[in-house]
Amino acid sequence: MNRFDYVRAGSVAEAIAAGAEPGAAYLAAGTNLVDLMKGGIARPERIVDITRLPDLDRIERLPDGATRIGALVRNSDLAHDPDFARSYPAVAEALLAGASAQLRNAATAAGNVLQRTRCQYFYDVASACNKRAPGSGCEAIGGVTRAHAVLGWSAHCIATNPSDFAVPLAALDAVVEIEGSAGRREVALEAFHRLPGDAPERETALEAGELVVALRLPPEAAGFAAHARYLKVRERTSYAFALVSAAVALRMEGSRIAEARIALGGVALKPWRCREAEAALADREATPEAFRATAEAALAGAEPSGDNAFKIELARRIVVRGLTLARAGTPERVPALPASPFAGAHHA
Amino acid sequence: MSIPITLTVNGIPRTVALEDPRVTLLDLLRERLDLTGSKKGCDRGQCGACTVLLDGRRVNACLALAVSHDGAHVTTIEGLARDGELHPVQAAFIAHDGFQCGFCTPGQIVSAVGLIQEGQAGDDPERIREGMSGNLCRCGAYAGITEAVATAHAAMAGASGLPGGYLREDAA
Repeated sequence: MNRFDYVRAGSVAEAIAAGAEPGAAYLAAGTNLVDLMKGGIARPERIVDITRLPDLDRIERLPDGATRIGALVRNSDLAHDPDFARSYPAVAEALLAGASAQLRNAATAAGNVLQRTRCQYFYDVASACNKRAPGSGCEAIGGVTRAHAVLGWSAHCIATNPSDFAVPLAALDAVVEIEGSAGRREVALEAFHRLPGDAPERETALEAGELVVALRLPPEAAGFAAHARYLKVRERTSYAFALVSAAVALRMEGSRIAEARIALGGVALKPWRCREAEAALADREATPEAFRATAEAALAGAEPSGDNAFKIELARRIVVRGLTLARAGTPERVPALPASPFAGAHHA
Repeated sequence: MSIPITLTVNGIPRTVALEDPRVTLLDLLRERLDLTGSKKGCDRGQCGACTVLLDGRRVNACLALAVSHDGAHVTTIEGLARDGELHPVQAAFIAHDGFQCGFCTPGQIVSAVGLIQEGQAGDDPERIREGMSGNLCRCGAYAGITEAVATAHAAMAGASGLPGGYLREDAA
């Protein structure tokens, strides 16, 4: 790990001032940053510790029915907050499908959304990586690419975003609240993560020194609580990143779907919202044929970036399964194996 | 520049002057406080051998910078037994043969204490396995570990509330 200066911020204003210095990085739990520093992938010259910032560890229901998740709310506290889990069950399930209990106890909500890709070529400092070392090339292309992107990738980067949490947040139109030296602004979560294009080193909409202070779910997001699921396929059933995942949420009126929300994880460098597929389901009967057509639409434009064509059909099937399970209804309790498609006994 | 921090470790206040902010909580416990029960396995948050309770919650001590946790309460494997009496989780690991080589065991036991306090798993083996997935055992003692956690949960009944994780208003 490189040497760095340590600054403990007592206020958001102090944090932003310290974070605006070149080479600065914000530290919350450190579950991603410290790991990256140990590997020499991140080499900040100054660590700005934001763990003592007041009021950022709260979950607030706002008067209009929106919910604001403070940046420092721990993943496990959010997932186990009874009101939050009942209002946004797919978000709770996604949180509990991520990492391990130890990491969820430490990692923060904003840290989850900001976590870096798990592409093994990004992690291996001996490999060329345009994200880690801009202009050096992408050794993932032509390499071992089972876990890489099938949507939105470029000739410069084929990595995926590893967050589970961000997938239902994208489906539910979450907003990222940001503080910077120019004041406060908001960015839709869907637009927060950038596709690689020709500048994969630019990962988010954050400008230098800007700090995520909260994530906000809009009032209508709780309207999907009765029919929401998160499903995740991975190489083992726990403590692994997604090969493919899907957040599916339906607003039902009788047997008809009034509104559908679908987002995919593990397939692109951002949570992949499937708006055209959603629109095709609106005001339709919830039939297997409609679900299959929706899945085809959701993966329209998907292309393998290497040895990962299997992900495209896998994602279609996860969309169909997600829609089927969401239609059947949110389970009473988070399944013993959260988000596992192999734990369907509840709906059998 | 030396940074003094104070941690309450296993009930005892300990003040340490950090010469370098890079020191992890794990290295501070092992190298500065001679508490070598918490193990350095992967040192990257993947194996769980370094699991401690930080302000009552199980975390990976290898990924926590000590300087960021000034004022915290830490419980390590050394702090579980009371007056020579093993903690119920320690006793259950022995009774169920929940280890072979023993290297992952302190992390497994502290993690199990955290899991039981969290109250999410109860005595359901599937939920216990899921809740313990952040602790790897290269000897593969998982069957005994799962039984030990279920037994300890029963022995500590009342230590935690009803299992949580409900997603619907009409649920129990």
